Amino acid sequence: MTASIATSQAILVVGGGISGMTAALEAAECGKQVILAEKTPTLGGRTALLYRYFPKMCHPTCGLEINLRRLKGNRNVRTMTMTEVLAVSGRRGDYTVTLKVSPRYVTESCTGCGDCARAVSAEIDNPYEYGLAKTRAAYLPHAMAYPQRYVIDPSIVGTPEGEKAKAACTIGAVDLEMKEETVEIKVGAVIWATGWKPYDAAKIQPYGYDRFANVITSLEFERLADPHGPTGGKILRPSDGKEAKDIAFIQCAGSRDENHLRHCSRICCMASLKQTQYVREACGEGGKSTVYYIDIRAIDRLEDFYAMVWNDPTVSFVKSKVAEIVEDKNANPVLHGVDTEGYHRYATTHELVVLAVGMEPEANGIKLPDDMLLDSSGFIEGCKGAAGDEGMFAAGAASSPLDVNRSVQSATAAALRAITVIHKTARTEQV
Amino acid sequence: MSNANVQANLSNLARYQNNFLKEVEANVEEGHMVKMCMQCGVCAGSCPFGPDWEHSPQKIFMMIRAGKRDEVLGSDSMFMCTSCYNCIVRCPRQLPITHIMHGLANYAHRIGMAPKGQPTRQFATLFWNNLVKKGRVNELTLTLGHYFTNGLVSGIKTALGMQSIGLGLFMAKRLNPMEIFGGHGVKDLKGFHAIVAKAKEIEDRKKGFTA
Repeated sequence: MTASIATSQAILVVGGGISGMTAALEAAECGKQVILAEKTPTLGGRTALLYRYFPKMCHPTCGLEINLRRLKGNRNVRTMTMTEVLAVSGRRGDYTVTLKVSPRYVTESCTGCGDCARAVSAEIDNPYEYGLAKTRAAYLPHAMAYPQRYVIDPSIVGTPEGEKAKAACTIGAVDLEMKEETVEIKVGAVIWATGWKPYDAAKIQPYGYDRFANVITSLEFERLADPHGPTGGKILRPSDGKEAKDIAFIQCAGSRDENHLRHCSRICCMASLKQTQYVREACGEGGKSTVYYIDIRAIDRLEDFYAMVWNDPTVSFVKSKVAEIVEDKNANPVLHGVDTEGYHRYATTHELVVLAVGMEPEANGIKLPDDMLLDSSGFIEGCKGAAGDEGMFAAGAASSPLDVNRSVQSATAAALRAITVIHKTARTEQV
Repeated sequence: MSNANVQANLSNLARYQNNFLKEVEANVEEGHMVKMCMQCGVCAGSCPFGPDWEHSPQKIFMMIRAGKRDEVLGSDSMFMCTSCYNCIVRCPRQLPITHIMHGLANYAHRIGMAPKGQPTRQFATLFWNNLVKKGRVNELTLTLGHYFTNGLVSGIKTALGMQSIGLGLFMAKRLNPMEIFGGHGVKDLKGFHAIVAKAKEIEDRKKGFTA
């Protein structure tokens, strides 16, 4: 006998970055009910923190804005921010998911006026600037934040600072009594779009990220180049705030390394090639970028971008994995190594070093359901069960190191698989 | 195609057969890991002896793959390794670089291709021969032997220069002049020699040496 096993036809998408938003929207626009759960106070993920995309050098705000407009115009997506998945049980067509919703301390009536932020003086490390800047403890994550609602940092709740924020809000949207909630939902399929995080550069001991101010990560460099970033788009080096014109990019910082991340993170070559153009944009012909690499992996049509950068006289390439960085007395990083094209030993001084850090799956910090299958780096391959019988899928950088373009493709594919699950389980399947 | 062309092609083909890499894989400790090198250069840049030897590990590995047998086995670089293990720690592919370098040195020594007169190799040979004789190192004959490696005159000069240190060691009862007549050995010298001979036999068998 066959009967429907589906208890829910909804799809849960975990993670509201570019992949999660895409997967949610693709499914919702096909008429499915979608719950989009995001851990942080805003959608947009790491994509929102980039200055430009490669290879077209357009701004992420553009792509995000389109997705946000789709989201606002669609009644099928329920967005839940500050929400984490605690547990998943059941099987395809019939999952029970426990969600933890952390308090934002600001209700939905927030108009985004910013009075609360102006009222408080306490500051926290701005989580959207990779620690390069501070922000008030009542804050809007960033200009593209969705929802456009302020957040009160838990550190000032129960303090006079928190009361100041509450008193400043003329419409009474600050609610310091908000409590953490646990909710249980039923869904038919789950898409894990939990994304990635930069590899902890301090673990690459010879590069001295934790010791030298002028050794930064590629993600921090994105923030420096961004006009909305902490330096207003000027490439100022952390040690003395001077403009950096001679910048080294070190590839495979953590990637392709058995001591760190064993996979190739795929995006870093293109990210550095892109960032050499930030230097050109900021300094013109006076800028100087040097890319230290093992081999440049610019695949498919991205090869054209590589060729363009290769012909840029402000950019030079050194085929060598840097062995060690030391600091001279002016806080300039000095790069030591031997190049592979002629085995020349070098000790080259630059003003700023950008480590093209690898992508580590964000899921490495998340408790996933036991039946998820991970590869040796922690990326989600799928869930256990016979092929074609799965109910949970990975999308975007949670599944593999992917750039934005390929993340979106991956998310669309995941949405289609989830829709298939909903259709199949809603019709006939064994009890 | 003419016969000459075929011959030319065959001789070109020989260059790509990686015979030397296969030889290294078969005979050198951890030699099978050589092909894992991705030529990133971190070992070469991390070596504290880096500027002072001719071939860095990175270069040696590339030369092995390029079939440069004489250059590799005749290189003095393997004998310069101080076993600091910086290269092993940093190698992104986790190649046991130090072990491979020592393995190459050992192999070159065994088949008689190691460079003659290379100082660290010379001292290692001196040390080994000294040790094997009595089962323990005779410090007096070892140091004297070392002084005289560069000839009689330089040996006497060095020995005279070290006079005060020798005297100091003697006063502190750390040096017995009588050791110069052969010195004392381990208790069971015959047993010790049997152990060394057996070890050599096992090693020879494992590495395919019959002699």
